[in-house]
Amino acid sequence: MRTAFIALAAIIQREALRFIRQRERFIAALVRPLVWLIVFAAGFRAALGLSITPPYQTYITYEIYIVPGLCGMIILFNGMQSALSLVYDREMGSMRLLLTSPLPRWWLLLCRLIAATVISGLQVYAFLAIAAIYGIHLPWQGYVLVLPALIIAGLTLGALGLALSSLIRQLENFAGVMNFVIFPMFFLSSALYPLWKMAESSELLHDICAVNPFTHVVELIRFALYGQLNLTALGWSALAGVVFLALALWGYDPSHGLTRHKR
Amino acid sequence: MTLKSLFLASTLIPLATLAQSAEIWVTNEKDDTISVIDVDTLEVTRTIETGERPRGITFSKDFSRVYICASDSDTVQVMDPDTGEILFDLPSGEDPEQFVLHPDDRHLYIANEDDAITTVVDTQTRKVVAQIDVGIEPEGMAVSPDGKIAITTSETTNMAHWIDTETQELFANTLVDSRPRHAEFAQAGRELWVSAEIGGTVSIFDVASQSEKGKINFEVKGVHPDRVQPVGFEFTEDEKTAFVALGPSNHVAVVNAETYEVEDYILVGRRVWHMAFSPDKSKLFTTNGVSGDVTVIDVAKRTPIKTIKVGRFPWGAAMRP
Repeated sequence: MRTAFIALAAIIQREALRFIRQRERFIAALVRPLVWLIVFAAGFRAALGLSITPPYQTYITYEIYIVPGLCGMIILFNGMQSALSLVYDREMGSMRLLLTSPLPRWWLLLCRLIAATVISGLQVYAFLAIAAIYGIHLPWQGYVLVLPALIIAGLTLGALGLALSSLIRQLENFAGVMNFVIFPMFFLSSALYPLWKMAESSELLHDICAVNPFTHVVELIRFALYGQLNLTALGWSALAGVVFLALALWGYDPSHGLTRHKR
Repeated sequence: MTLKSLFLASTLIPLATLAQSAEIWVTNEKDDTISVIDVDTLEVTRTIETGERPRGITFSKDFSRVYICASDSDTVQVMDPDTGEILFDLPSGEDPEQFVLHPDDRHLYIANEDDAITTVVDTQTRKVVAQIDVGIEPEGMAVSPDGKIAITTSETTNMAHWIDTETQELFANTLVDSRPRHAEFAQAGRELWVSAEIGGTVSIFDVASQSEKGKINFEVKGVHPDRVQPVGFEFTEDEKTAFVALGPSNHVAVVNAETYEVEDYILVGRRVWHMAFSPDKSKLFTTNGVSGDVTVIDVAKRTPIKTIKVGRFPWGAAMRP
């Protein structure tokens, strides 16, 4: 049992070191959502106010609306980045070293997932701090209550990354993942626009957004930031997380997973 | 009746009276109703029917009566706020839009929009005391704290008309910016503030000389200047800060009442019109006509807390402690 936690601590430490040492990655992780917040949202400011939708109790500007979606974006990108580093590890051989550990493979993968979630959480808090300096203030309880939502979001989206990484043979293929997974997931969600706005232009788009697990992750974060629990979003996010994790474990299982065919 | 029930009745009734919290009464212009909002729970607790097109609303000093301008019924209705029952109608002249209760708690000064007159009504004898010719489309009404001066602003003539309340005659007329809609005395009656909807300004007059001593302009980031239309405004207890409703810009401006500088803008509902404070002045309730709701502002933090759905086109607001 103790060794399992030593492994967890070591993997978290390794991920954290990798994150801190790659300064560009750290800066990019912060700059990306800030560009969306300061540049993109400025263009859509909605100075006259967006219609009231839960969890908001009054009219808000677009900048306030977009913040939970950008928290989701940080976690989504970080989940993918973590998966990318797994592919890198596999190519470089350090993955093999890790897998020689006597600990079960599912535990090692879970450790990677937890490590990625910790990094995502720290990034989100750094982003929220800068957003607060920029003038976007949330209820103070929101900063605390969002933590469990961030953990669920981190695990769900990290598991998605893991599942995808089990499918990817080479580093180069990861660009495809960016185009076919991250962007559709991000744009076809409630991160940038409320779902009722989507329904105005296309019912089909609205329905796609409504089943997108990323929408539910974003809504879970949005409600938590305002001290509320969205049970539907929680249910969908957790279910998606379990499914993605099962896929990842299956994908990484050498006896019948997808990795078998890649050797 | 048992002793126990007698005891319960004697203790519960005063408790129930004590438990009644302050309310904000909002007139809904297109629903012909009043929405009553509980200041603590921020929920609508009652909806009361009124005459046609209720707009101006004010309470008597002891809050035992509420006066309502039922514009399209051409009357001022007097209601018992406990029961919501109309006690009687007052003769008001045609199309009463706004009014103000004189500090004597007896005389109502009513702006008759269609008739270009200000009607003075004695609420005790229920008779018209005087009718004063003013400019075209009078709307804004104010009375000085000492009760000596009444003001009517006329929307089309673009003037503030100064009425001597002893003689009930005009003693001065001052030009203001386009379409003045609301007037209030400030600084213990030394200043008169008048908002101009189309002009987009609030003018401040020295009451002693009736001369303009300042003007406030507004600029809401990201909103076209044409939409910035000041209407209703209220002062904090210390009169150091004024909150000004900016109509279709959907913002309330926070103005330093000493330097006349705009310090902040607060986002509220669509076409914000008038407002009322909670009794401790910690919350401000704004009527948002087009969106049919009332936004509650935390006065200290200058942030909106909640927006409450009321009837269609909420117009006036008054507080009942």
